[in-house]
Amino acid sequence: MMKRTAMVALLATVMAGCGSNVKLDPPIEGTSTTGASTGTAGQGAGQSTVTQVQAGSSSTDAQGPVGVGRIIYFDYDSFSVKPDYQGLVDQHARFLQANRARGVAVEGHTDERGSREYNLALGQKRAEAVRRALTLVGAADAQIEAVSFGEEKPAVAGSSEDAYSQNRRVEIRYR
Amino acid sequence: MNSEIFRSPPLHLARRSLVAALAAAPLSGALAQFRVEVSGVGLTQLPIALVPFRGEEGAPQKISAIVRADLERSGRFRGVDTAGQAMDESTRPDLSTWRQRAADALAGGSITRLPDGRYDVRFRLWDVVRGQDLGGQGYVLPQADLRLAAHKIADYIYEKLTGEQGVFSTRLAYVTKTGSRHTLWVADSDGENAQAALASPEPIISPSWSPNGAQLAYVSFEARKPVIYVHDVASGRRRLLANFRGSNSAPAWSPDGRSLAVTLSRDGGSQLYLISASGGEPRRLTQSQSIDTEPVFSPDGASIYFVSDRGGAPQIYRMPASGGAAQRVTFNGSYNVSPTVSPDGRWLAYISRSGGYKLQVMELASGATTAITDTNEDENPSFAPNSRLIAYATREGGRDALMTTTVDGKIKARLAGQGGDLREPAWGPLQR
Repeated sequence: MMKRTAMVALLATVMAGCGSNVKLDPPIEGTSTTGASTGTAGQGAGQSTVTQVQAGSSSTDAQGPVGVGRIIYFDYDSFSVKPDYQGLVDQHARFLQANRARGVAVEGHTDERGSREYNLALGQKRAEAVRRALTLVGAADAQIEAVSFGEEKPAVAGSSEDAYSQNRRVEIRYR
Repeated sequence: MNSEIFRSPPLHLARRSLVAALAAAPLSGALAQFRVEVSGVGLTQLPIALVPFRGEEGAPQKISAIVRADLERSGRFRGVDTAGQAMDESTRPDLSTWRQRAADALAGGSITRLPDGRYDVRFRLWDVVRGQDLGGQGYVLPQADLRLAAHKIADYIYEKLTGEQGVFSTRLAYVTKTGSRHTLWVADSDGENAQAALASPEPIISPSWSPNGAQLAYVSFEARKPVIYVHDVASGRRRLLANFRGSNSAPAWSPDGRSLAVTLSRDGGSQLYLISASGGEPRRLTQSQSIDTEPVFSPDGASIYFVSDRGGAPQIYRMPASGGAAQRVTFNGSYNVSPTVSPDGRWLAYISRSGGYKLQVMELASGATTAITDTNEDENPSFAPNSRLIAYATREGGRDALMTTTVDGKIKARLAGQGGDLREPAWGPLQR
């Protein structure tokens, strides 16, 4: 609100053409919105000041079934869990069935091509496919959260087909 | 003395304008940080002389250089050489000198440091052709707002000479990735003066300005899944808007600022929901078995444009803002995403895959569509509030870069900014 008030004050100082008279009115003070004391206004925060926030991170990867792979790769533009991965899916589902208090995040990823938000939705579709595959063989829906990272966390950097194929994946992460 | 600036009739831009030459128009000296490309014939650019402000030499900001870069980036002005000339806001300039230099307009001013540390910035604009004083402005402000003063001056000049509102004093949000550091920045509209709003070890995407320009909604992965925050940039206060089961993404403010359209997967699959800006229970807008995402409101708030693959490939659709039947909007190509509507409702900008990923502009009334770049990895267009310029991300020299372009694609500028990969531009509204 103060910002807008200050701008109205600034605009009020506008002086339109006055023929040959080039005298300017004394300018109006551009008020700072940050409440900084006027004594330090010269060095102080201005109207455009931004306050920085530092975010933390939460990375958990608890113990799951030992010796079982956690990554399922996908073909280009595909969301189907290939038959090769049925054994992996079965073992995770059995573990979850035997440990009903445990849960997993099923994290979908895409390669870097295209829109970030659309890729987020594509990764979600892959994650949901793995979630369905797990529940079909005994895991409970409540044990699984399907989420997506889209193209934001590639496993491999680079813009080659090889990198893309390693980035089109779902990772199973135990909580 | 009066304040009739907003009512006085505009001058006509093309009065004695030059036709810009084909190909590049290199800038010099203090402006070298901005690389402005000009292409196409028949461009009319008003020649304006911006004399270095008195006192600018020792000042923290070169006001006249910032004003000149702003005006040139708009595509509607061309700076005229001012070597050997000096003036300030109280000078009665010898306009014949400027006529000889083929300037149609002239501005000069001063910057003075006050005893309390603040600065007094003043200027005056002249119509060289008519020999007319077009008024001026004065500000007293802290050092941190000197660039803002320069952008306000550019806005005044732009408005006086084109009759349209300038957008130089607006803000641009964008995201950088440097190593594993992700930072959400709030910068001046030229990409400079960036201040960090959020620093995170995890990705940040899809910043979106609230209509009053005070808050940013965005998607953060800091909780090891995508969740939506609303963040007051001046205070740094932020709150979770959407953290439902599954993914939460693609926030878009309604024009009245009361609600946001978002993409949630809480019910399985990415679908559109409407959620109050103060949070609470979202209301589902789409009911499809397909992906529905990237919502954006039309400026009148009546419709939502969004991306759906319900037809087998991602295309842009439009539906009533309350939900309901959707109409397909894009028909060319098999991948059309990231829609954004100009604030005047005239244009739809989006990205289309055809060879590469290219920025397209569709005139909504006619459906006529033009590709306006020659780059192949364009992303995430965002209109300036005057609907004249589009900021977008692309890839140049192996890095993610931010560009602005005029809606016709004829004038492009690469924005300065922080090092690293720059992406996800969001152009803020007028007023601040």
